[in-house]
Amino acid sequence: MNIQNFTITDIIEGYKKKEFSVGEIVNSYLERIEKLNPTLNAFLTVDKQNALKKTEGFGSNLTIEQFKNFPLLGVPFGIKDMFLTRGVRTTAASNVLKDYIPPYSATAVDRLESAGAISLGKLNHDAWAHGSSGENSDFGNTLNPWNKDYIPGGSSSGSAVAVAASLSPFSTGTDTGGSIRLPASFTNTVGLKPTYGLVSRYGVISMASSLDSIGHFSKTVRDSAIILNATAGVDGYDATVTDRAKEDYTKDLEMGIKGLKVGVPKEYINEGLSPEVKQTFENSLKILGKLGAEIIDITLPHTDAGIAVYYIIQPSEVSSNLARYDGIRYGNDRSFFGKEAKRRIMLGTFTLSSGYYDAYYKKAMQVRTLIGNDFDSAFKNVDVIVSPVSPTPPWKFGEKANDPLAMYLSDALTVTINLAGVPGLAVPAGFSHDKLPIGIQFVGPHFSESLLFKVGHSFEQETKFYKELAHLE
Amino acid sequence: MKIDVKKVAKLSNLTISPDEEVEFDKQLNDIVVYIEKLNSIDTSEIEPTAQVTGLSNKLRNDNFSDDVLSQESALSGTKKTHNGLFVVDKLVDTT
Repeated sequence: MNIQNFTITDIIEGYKKKEFSVGEIVNSYLERIEKLNPTLNAFLTVDKQNALKKTEGFGSNLTIEQFKNFPLLGVPFGIKDMFLTRGVRTTAASNVLKDYIPPYSATAVDRLESAGAISLGKLNHDAWAHGSSGENSDFGNTLNPWNKDYIPGGSSSGSAVAVAASLSPFSTGTDTGGSIRLPASFTNTVGLKPTYGLVSRYGVISMASSLDSIGHFSKTVRDSAIILNATAGVDGYDATVTDRAKEDYTKDLEMGIKGLKVGVPKEYINEGLSPEVKQTFENSLKILGKLGAEIIDITLPHTDAGIAVYYIIQPSEVSSNLARYDGIRYGNDRSFFGKEAKRRIMLGTFTLSSGYYDAYYKKAMQVRTLIGNDFDSAFKNVDVIVSPVSPTPPWKFGEKANDPLAMYLSDALTVTINLAGVPGLAVPAGFSHDKLPIGIQFVGPHFSESLLFKVGHSFEQETKFYKELAHLE
Repeated sequence: MKIDVKKVAKLSNLTISPDEEVEFDKQLNDIVVYIEKLNSIDTSEIEPTAQVTGLSNKLRNDNFSDDVLSQESALSGTKKTHNGLFVVDKLVDTT
């Protein structure tokens, strides 16, 4: 069975038509992981035993009725190792937690499993989700399946690569400053960063609490909507989740984008963009125009302050969240932290320390207000905003590894979205001359995920980049 | 302003090597210079934002007793226990 092209939708259709069984699907993915993971290093823990055990309950006679109650019935997935999984090692990709076995699971994991999805295991990423390239993992680099000399993007490196290399049809991720959208755009996958407070953070290891968004990777936009249907909504364990009526995120997919107003922020299209990214983005605008969208130039005047605000607020919150790792109740002591975690803890401790709080943290929170206002004003004139995800295509391993500031600047087009708390959907938009993936992101007002899926789906069905696969065999 | 790496490391309860001290001193102070670009933005009339979706005073039900971890589960992450309690190092700072 060739599972390389399979989407969630394909797998469920196949089950309904009895083309294959849950056991066959799960085994096919496990075999592919066994073959390719030793090179790609996407999975840190393969949960083969549990996955196989879960297939035992399924005969070959799944009924259509069952899929109404279990919309992800028998669909395998991978979990970023920031999500707690009861009884299954959870490391945060750090030596501090290298032997940690959690006593409970994250809400997002529980909900996906309750919807019938089957975990294949835990995925690599930058330790504590600190990084843009994946190189900060304490357990080695995850390689980009499109070219193994290049970074897959971070921090959710393993989650992106698992989907891009078809080791799993979907995966979970976290996005604090671009950690889902950046690796999605570097691997030709779809990555959703939902509105802050749409998906519960309960049981996900905290990075920066006012920014952390719980999302996922898939091959298609439709799949992304199906996953969000399972994960969104109040669970009673995260006070920042907004109580809203349940929504079917797939309902608007086919409605088209004729007459939709799409804003292009002039601050994002600057001299920092590589020519190939610029070219790909301009082509994307033509496609949106062809689909009937109206392209409108807009301004987000405080974009340039984004990285500075982010690199005050985020390390401040990191320093507070990582203070709990003292090696007393679980995990190893603080000498096990890697260099990037140490840098962020120290930077955050500095910006929060007595005498500096007003100059740094308070100032950054004030500019954060201005950044939010920029988006509010923009959405008075346009329905969605579109931009590249990264100013450049993926870069080579080691290129920015010794220059933290250069690494931080690669998030220039993603962090403001987290600061404003609005949703962003990264979709494949083409390739560089060297066949490295390039993505674009659609950004909407708070809780406009259905709209983003509609735009993303229209763009994807016109371009079909998701059908292009990395050659790994 | 300048980061005193040694002092901040102590405040953060981190031990850093002399090599790391040199490395972090340059890297962190480069970042501080960069983030100080915010000083050019006038924020005198601007309220700070901590919560982006406008929620306030969220309360939870108090009937969460079923969800509390058992003593055994709560202690499952450490080998250092005594009579069902965590063992903590002496906390008195005599320096």
